[in-house]
Amino acid sequence: MNEATRTETMLLDPTSEAVPSSQALSPRKDSLKGLTVGLLDISKPRGDVFLDRLGDHLVRQGVTVARFSKPTFTKPAPFDLRQEIATTCDAVIEALAD
Amino acid sequence: MRDEAEAMFQRGWTDGLPVVPPTKARVLAMLEGTTRQPEEVIALTPPNLAECTVEKVAINAVLAGCRPEYLPVVLAAVEAVCTDDFNMHGIIATTMGVGPVLVVNGPIAQRIGMNSGINALGQGNRANLTIGRALQLVIRNVGGGRPGEVDRATHGSPAKLSFCFAEDEAGSPWTTLAEDRGFDPGTDVITVFCGEAPRIVVDQTSRSADSLVRSLAEGLRSAVSSRVVVGMDAMLVVSPEHAARFRDAGWDRTRFMNELSTHLMVEADSILAGTDCIEEGLPEDFAGLTLPKFRPGGLLVVHAGGPAGLFSAIVGGWLNGPMGSEPTSWEIKQ
Repeated sequence: MNEATRTETMLLDPTSEAVPSSQALSPRKDSLKGLTVGLLDISKPRGDVFLDRLGDHLVRQGVTVARFSKPTFTKPAPFDLRQEIATTCDAVIEALAD
Repeated sequence: MRDEAEAMFQRGWTDGLPVVPPTKARVLAMLEGTTRQPEEVIALTPPNLAECTVEKVAINAVLAGCRPEYLPVVLAAVEAVCTDDFNMHGIIATTMGVGPVLVVNGPIAQRIGMNSGINALGQGNRANLTIGRALQLVIRNVGGGRPGEVDRATHGSPAKLSFCFAEDEAGSPWTTLAEDRGFDPGTDVITVFCGEAPRIVVDQTSRSADSLVRSLAEGLRSAVSSRVVVGMDAMLVVSPEHAARFRDAGWDRTRFMNELSTHLMVEADSILAGTDCIEEGLPEDFAGLTLPKFRPGGLLVVHAGGPAGLFSAIVGGWLNGPMGSEPTSWEIKQ
């Protein structure tokens, strides 16, 4: 088919047509001193080992540590858990995998 | 656009294979395959939890190469995987190479020309291949589940392109998978199971049901890993020649499942962490226990395959139950 005989074909969109929105990161902390840091264990094996060690370091630096865990690593964190972390912690560290 | 096929690759609409251009005419024809309204929202599609309408499913079914009469099966598949129990979000995101495995029961399978016989799990049948593919394209295009993004599979699997087949009901000595899962005979049902690619269990020698059931159990004990018990399910696809051993012995589905279960008990001591110099395994506190390889209901048995061949197929699963994925059966409605 040459340019002269080409016809335009309209294709229907198979996607959700959603436009990604972007959000700015929360302001970064200058220091962790006096803050409450949440440690979120996604419940993968040995995530607790990593977070125990991290928690020890943070406590020695005067940080208040709060521990959280997801019911299962295969599903997103439940809304209530995310809310609890957001309202009680100044920062959060998530242990992603084993 | 200079080339439709190239344009669709560039837009990221494909699974790596060419797709059929979803023109308005084709999509309208596809929608003739269902009585449901195009604007009906049938699911929130993971991982983005995007609203998925009948029309969006139809567009993706066109892309995949479906015929309109397949659409009800694709719609049921989308609804079944987009449930909290099935946990499609986790199945996309996991590093393990698993995906939805679809088994169709009921008269619709024959009516739309699905394959339950020779090469049922392989290539060559349009309905099998395009229904499974359409589901994956919905997850990709509507849900946003793309490899390298939310899909983090280490190896993936050819089965993630499409893994869909029908049960050979007419040739089976047993009640169907759908009946086993509580549906009335003759109901059109799709069962979705989170599984890896199939592997074959060879037993060309067993002539008695007792020998063959032990042999199949031995194969099943290594599903996913010999060191994994209870936590992951499996599907066993029994071939007609293997099934004939059980028919000849007068074993119905219940007898077969009971016999199989007795041979699927595992001595925990043999798979404790550190045994045979392998660090993977059960913690020490399981010592002395005898455990089932699969939880109750964690082994799905289907009858399918060509008339010749003393093989069955095992499809290993993924984390089961509330911790992972629950096999889900869904009635197919027109």
